[in-house]
Amino acid sequence: MIDGTQSHRFFNRGPSPAARLVFFSVLSLLLLFVDARYRYLESTRSALSVLVSPIQRLATLPGALWQQAGDFFITQSTQRGLIKRNEELTLQHQSDAAQLLQLQALQSENQQLRDLVGLPIRNEFSSQIVEVIYAERDVFKRRVLVNKGANADVRIGQVVMDDIGIVGQITRVYPWLSEVTLITEKEHAVPVEVVRNGLRTIVFGMGDTSQLSLRYMPTSADIQNDDVLVTSGIDGTYPQGIPVARVIKIERDPAYPFAKTTCLPLAGVDKNRHLLILSSLPKLPERPDEKTVAANAESRVKARKK
Amino acid sequence: MRTKPEIQLPVSNVFIVLSVLAALFLNGLPWEGVALMLRPDFVALVMLYWCTHKPVRVGVGLSWMVGMIADVADASLFGQHALAYTLLAFGGVVLHRRLQMFDLRQQTIQVFGIFAMTYAVYALINWQVNGLVAWPYFLGCLTSTLLWTPLSILFQTMRQKKVDRNPT
Repeated sequence: MIDGTQSHRFFNRGPSPAARLVFFSVLSLLLLFVDARYRYLESTRSALSVLVSPIQRLATLPGALWQQAGDFFITQSTQRGLIKRNEELTLQHQSDAAQLLQLQALQSENQQLRDLVGLPIRNEFSSQIVEVIYAERDVFKRRVLVNKGANADVRIGQVVMDDIGIVGQITRVYPWLSEVTLITEKEHAVPVEVVRNGLRTIVFGMGDTSQLSLRYMPTSADIQNDDVLVTSGIDGTYPQGIPVARVIKIERDPAYPFAKTTCLPLAGVDKNRHLLILSSLPKLPERPDEKTVAANAESRVKARKK
Repeated sequence: MRTKPEIQLPVSNVFIVLSVLAALFLNGLPWEGVALMLRPDFVALVMLYWCTHKPVRVGVGLSWMVGMIADVADASLFGQHALAYTLLAFGGVVLHRRLQMFDLRQQTIQVFGIFAMTYAVYALINWQVNGLVAWPYFLGCLTSTLLWTPLSILFQTMRQKKVDRNPT
């Protein structure tokens, strides 16, 4: 640059460098403050980045090219092996995952079976383990179908239980299947007694919920919340002393003669997959027929009259 | 080493813009680790070169604008590079006569001062905003200074080539 031109243009150059310095410094500081504190300038930044991005993209190009070249050679040599390995691992993973799922199911099943095996030792009756294979699809029927029927000498009226307590009763026997009516079925009755005081009563299924109710309990009856009900063994259908239900709610309304008592079954009535059918219960002597009793009484009376 | 002013023709604006773009490109290369610490600020170098050699055309205002672009490219705060480059340009414009009288070795010492000031301002802003000072950052100041001589020689040869080519 020749001095003459510079000095000649000196006055046309506008503000001096110092003035420019001050101006642009203040502008920069202002922008700094606004950007650091308020983040108002993001739109400006994105607009300017349109200008810058081609340069930036260009700048990342050499590195990307280098990497791609490296990848190319690596891939060429090992691609086939990698694909094969990947397929093997995928297959392996799938079978492993399935096995893992099975393992969890087996663990819980095993635990339940162990409990079931331990049960008959406590109570002196023989039993056979069955597996639930169908559940009744009708929501108002509390029934399941199990995988043993007449072929395994299952009979109507046998008691079905799980590792905790009574689940239901066999109500129908097919050659290879049998139908279990659960104790929560509507009108299904189980003779029970309260463990605490031996109070005898009958527990009925509610049908619509998985709850049980005690009917015909006088409001004055000695029954409390958390009382455990076990089978009383009366009537001979159920063996004695197997847990059935626990009282959860008692409503004593003086307007009604009976207390409304709600219980929950103790056994996993609609949970378990394996159940136990009790068989060879000790037979009770036949209940005397009402007519013969009446006839006997009558003949006795007649004999006395004579 | 010092080149005669009359040999060099006024450079075209295209050349200046291209050099700045090239500097932005070099700054944008994927530097990592030690290389990033030692990375010279090519944009500052180029701007300082033009401020000392063409103070009429490239001055404080243009440096500020380049600084804004550098801010966007580096995703730093708006005004951080701009302020640093403004000071750099001011230093360059004020000292351009003295620098033109020195040879390259002496120029390098002068330039180091300007770079140090620029880097200090940048680091100061970083310290104020983020609350930490990265001392290795100042290594870039040294490398930038060391590149002053090669850059000057490179640009002079490029300009001379233009001189040679233009008459033919």
